[in-house]
Amino acid sequence: MACFLVPAAEAVVTTVIAKAVKTHEAKSETVSDNSDKITLSHKLGRLSGFLWGGSGLLAFEHLWHGEISPVFPFLTAAGDPEAMSVVIHEMATAGVCMALLVTVFWASLTVGEDILRRRSVTEKTGEDSV
Amino acid sequence: MTLLITFIAAVVSAVIWYTGENARMMKIGLLCYMYWGASLMWLVDAVFEYAEMGSEFFLPAAADMLNDAFLGVCAVVLGLIVWTAVLMIKDPCNIVRGAGRDDRRNIL
Repeated sequence: MACFLVPAAEAVVTTVIAKAVKTHEAKSETVSDNSDKITLSHKLGRLSGFLWGGSGLLAFEHLWHGEISPVFPFLTAAGDPEAMSVVIHEMATAGVCMALLVTVFWASLTVGEDILRRRSVTEKTGEDSV
Repeated sequence: MTLLITFIAAVVSAVIWYTGENARMMKIGLLCYMYWGASLMWLVDAVFEYAEMGSEFFLPAAADMLNDAFLGVCAVVLGLIVWTAVLMIKDPCNIVRGAGRDDRRNIL
């Protein structure tokens, strides 16, 4: 009923962290030294991309099913305490699982990419030394 | 059906992103974020629904399936609309911004 709010909240947090990290990276000189390396802020930006994109389309789905409305209080279940308990239960179960799955998906992509890049750099330096 | 349609859109956008330099410049990655993010979230939804309904989950009523398919197509179209808007605003090929300076015929 409002499960997308959990990944949306995570998206807000990751966006703020990505901005802060980007500012920090811009100040430090080490970033400019190696243009091939993917920065942490870029990686975090990808996570917020998945989270924002997914929760955006899910919000549309909830609007489609009449579970949220574009006017205050936004949740159609807001007036009914029983329905609200269902909403909270769904956020705690499905919502948390959604946020976790997207984060695990992003983490495996990032780790896999790092491994592949490291391997390609090792192969390149190996070829150069021969 | 919504999950299936979004998954197909996610795979297609990922393949386009991977194979084309131009596609990456055209910010196809944005579509990948939206469709992959939504697919994973709807997958969780489907797992929870399956846990609740059991094998009945695979036998939806025709009307429900049609409505879900319609929703899936609308979600894909919404993603495309967002992507087009971002493309116009970011203007990676300098078509919109460059038109005033160079040649207005380029945009027509």
